[in-house]
Amino acid sequence: MTLIDKKLNRRSFLKVSTLAGGGMMLSFSWLAGCKPTAEEVLTMPDEWFTINSYIKIGENGAVTLFNPNPEFGQNVKTSLPMILADELDVDWKNVFVEQADFYPERFERQFTGGSNSVRSSWKPLRTAGATARYMLINAAAQTWNVPAGEITTSTGMLEHKSSGKKAGYGELASLAGTLEAPDPEAVKLKENADFKIIGNSKKNVDGAKIVTGKPLFALDHKVEGMKYAAIVHPPAFGMKLKSFDKSSVTSLPGIQDAFEVKVFKDDYGRNFFDTTTFPEIIAIVGNSTWEVMQAKKKLNVEWEKAPDSTFPMAGRGGQNMDIKVPGGLENSAAHKEKMAEYITKPGNVQRKDGDPEGAFKKAARVLERTYTAPFLAHNTMEPMNAFADVKGDKAVIYGPTQAPESIMNALSSSLGLPKENIQINLARMGGGFGRRAYSHHLVEAALISQKIQAPVKMVYSREDDMSAGVYRPTYSATYRAALDENNNLLALHIKAGGIPESPLHANRFPAGAIDNYLAEGWQIESNITIGAFRAPRSNFIAGAEQSFLDELAEEMGKDPIEFRLELLKRAETNPVGERNDYDPKRYAGVLELVREKSNWSSVPNGISRGVSAYFCHNSYVAEVIDVSIKDNQPVVENVFAAVDCGIVVNPDAAANMGEGAIVDGIGNAFYGEMAFENGVPTKTNFDKYRMIRHSEAPKKIEVHFVESTEDPTGLGEPLFPPVFAALGNSLYKATGKRLYDQPFQPQIMQMENLRM
Amino acid sequence: MAQYNLSINGKLMNVDVDPNTPLLWVLRDHLDLVGTKFGCGIAQCGACTVHIDGEAVRSCSYPVSVIEDKKVVTIEGLSEKGDHPVQKAWLEHDVPQCGYCQSGQIMTAASLLAENPNPTDEEISYAMNGNICRCGTYTRIKAAIKTASKSL
Ligand code: FES
Ligand code: FES
Repeated sequence: MTLIDKKLNRRSFLKVSTLAGGGMMLSFSWLAGCKPTAEEVLTMPDEWFTINSYIKIGENGAVTLFNPNPEFGQNVKTSLPMILADELDVDWKNVFVEQADFYPERFERQFTGGSNSVRSSWKPLRTAGATARYMLINAAAQTWNVPAGEITTSTGMLEHKSSGKKAGYGELASLAGTLEAPDPEAVKLKENADFKIIGNSKKNVDGAKIVTGKPLFALDHKVEGMKYAAIVHPPAFGMKLKSFDKSSVTSLPGIQDAFEVKVFKDDYGRNFFDTTTFPEIIAIVGNSTWEVMQAKKKLNVEWEKAPDSTFPMAGRGGQNMDIKVPGGLENSAAHKEKMAEYITKPGNVQRKDGDPEGAFKKAARVLERTYTAPFLAHNTMEPMNAFADVKGDKAVIYGPTQAPESIMNALSSSLGLPKENIQINLARMGGGFGRRAYSHHLVEAALISQKIQAPVKMVYSREDDMSAGVYRPTYSATYRAALDENNNLLALHIKAGGIPESPLHANRFPAGAIDNYLAEGWQIESNITIGAFRAPRSNFIAGAEQSFLDELAEEMGKDPIEFRLELLKRAETNPVGERNDYDPKRYAGVLELVREKSNWSSVPNGISRGVSAYFCHNSYVAEVIDVSIKDNQPVVENVFAAVDCGIVVNPDAAANMGEGAIVDGIGNAFYGEMAFENGVPTKTNFDKYRMIRHSEAPKKIEVHFVESTEDPTGLGEPLFPPVFAALGNSLYKATGKRLYDQPFQPQIMQMENLRM
Repeated sequence: MAQYNLSINGKLMNVDVDPNTPLLWVLRDHLDLVGTKFGCGIAQCGACTVHIDGEAVRSCSYPVSVIEDKKVVTIEGLSEKGDHPVQKAWLEHDVPQCGYCQSGQIMTAASLLAENPNPTDEEISYAMNGNICRCGTYTRIKAAIKTASKSL
């Protein structure tokens, strides 16, 4: 046993102890508790005793664990309770899991994003589990009148060996719930070797509900007297509402009302996640989804061009700034031209090592390549929607959001209600990928409900969802390498930018491995809204960097894995600069593991193979992708991934998420693209926006985790960025052509007589 | 508005709706059978898949007026206890991520296996191509279909 880290967030601990002492009521989620397996032994108890915010124990020994974070498919609803259960020392079979609603006073950081759920919950949840175990031990010590230090636990049982006393957790839970929580310094956490649940795959706790179609999502929610709402938003970025004729829809069957909804108040200082493309929309309210969706088509509405505008935004340090939104109707063709222009201009220098300019002057050869990628839509399978019931001065919102805390400010301001009067309940989300960190849809539903003073479920059509912005930005990156006459790498220069942000991570590999290094960024203003998309910025720059390193290795006559390992060796033994934000040894570790698992040097017949590696969200991933050519089309045969994300809490579920990230990457690399004509998104549904489908997924995916005793790091995102270059590099081997611009598929269509 | 007597999951259910209303919204809004999901509304994603006389169809593009006396089965009626071989295989392979597409995937897979209990990889891909999974669970879906196929 080790003493817990003193740096542990004291606030989270105190929160646990106050609750335990104060015996505060816990939330009862709208979703009933669910059993993890079919072979459960304990039924629902007659009474639950609250031990702390995360844990309640029934008199029969059944345990309810609360998942604090929003679930969007990353399986935190299973993995976070596993962490609690292991330290609490209970049998997973007797655990019920419930989704906690949004209670910032009870839970830390109820946020899903940045691949952060497990890594930031690791210590607090272990401490909460261990603290509850201590309280049960103390209850037994009091009851049996023996020293607490002599009591041991084993899967839900307490025992005092020398006196032969034994009891289940359930028998002591009522007393334990009234005890003071111990000082965090006194709470010992398990040694890694003693984990029984962490590291052993557990099935998705919602699995049975999902496969039988039980209501789990906000879109499935219904209450007595509930109305349905659809929205109508401007058809183009750079347009806004001029006027509309309500009577064009209110006489239609089932339609009750149509009105304008203004999402944010003029003086509201937005926060980072308060992005919305269309702050003024029209809501149509009626008796059923179909009727309100039909009415959308009949609505008589006029739009007009929006002028340049600004809105106030609260900076992270509390200072207010004005964010400019340029007017104008933008076009993808013009975006491309503008980006090409910026490549030739000097950027903002973000890092410079040695004398890159001098090295380029001396170079015998310079390799220069530019990579681009388009805007992408998130396209979560469940479109944006929310349920809201606002009556008088109370509001209840049930919606798919990754960031309840962020949207609370906007809800409070827009509804004109204090935060204490607003309850946000957390729905399972039908996908998120970053999109649902921007939760304006909750505000929209709430304002609609407030106006009609009745419960309402608002749903976006797929077209609304796909054309409402908050996209992954479009990016460009130019890489230049200086080589001497012996093919030694003298210098590397990166200039990367985008609309409206730069994808540059100036201190990541290969920074630190090259003596003369220059990284510059640039960005171009736009009224097209953007937001986090699975591994923001990394999801582009990794592809550019790792494609360039592949081509560079070829120029230098080196094996692509060997070449990367040489650079990493340099960064490890004699690093350039001090701000390198990666660990070269762990980075090399995943390359070595993928080399072994893919049997890198013996490529099967008919297969072309590419490699790529990347570090983000504190995790290291290397991937090898094998493609073949069939009927003049590339087919992804195998994908091998090697991942170092520290301790893996739920290995099979972790592999599932990794497989998903790989499929997501292959789909976006081949097909993903959102374009604009006069501000209008050119794709609004899946007939035009091509998504990867079953037959295009790899035949086989292997996800290998590096065995580790390090605390967990990110997982949902890190497997995504390396896919683009691993695929591009394998397609080069297969076709003889390097692909510099995403999506790849249109270029492949133009290639004739592909090799093989 | 018109009255319809629909046979859904073996029960007769009465609804009074506009004849053009897609079966999807009749199920979700009027009959509270919300396991059938809305994804695109234009027969492109498969989230709304149900069985009509045993065949997998996209309920978002199937007006209630043409159902007549055909038998509709939704995910809620695929099995009484959630133990259809496809559902069991889905749990064994722990297929779902967000889970939103999965009732549609399961309904398509169940109808594939009813017609062809031993599909090849190509036949699986072909049958499943109309069902998008944004979370990318395709390899597990294929593995689960093969497991289910063995247990038939
Ligand atoms: S909702 Fe019917 S196919 Fe997409
Ligand atoms: S599991 Fe999320 S869309 Fe398929």
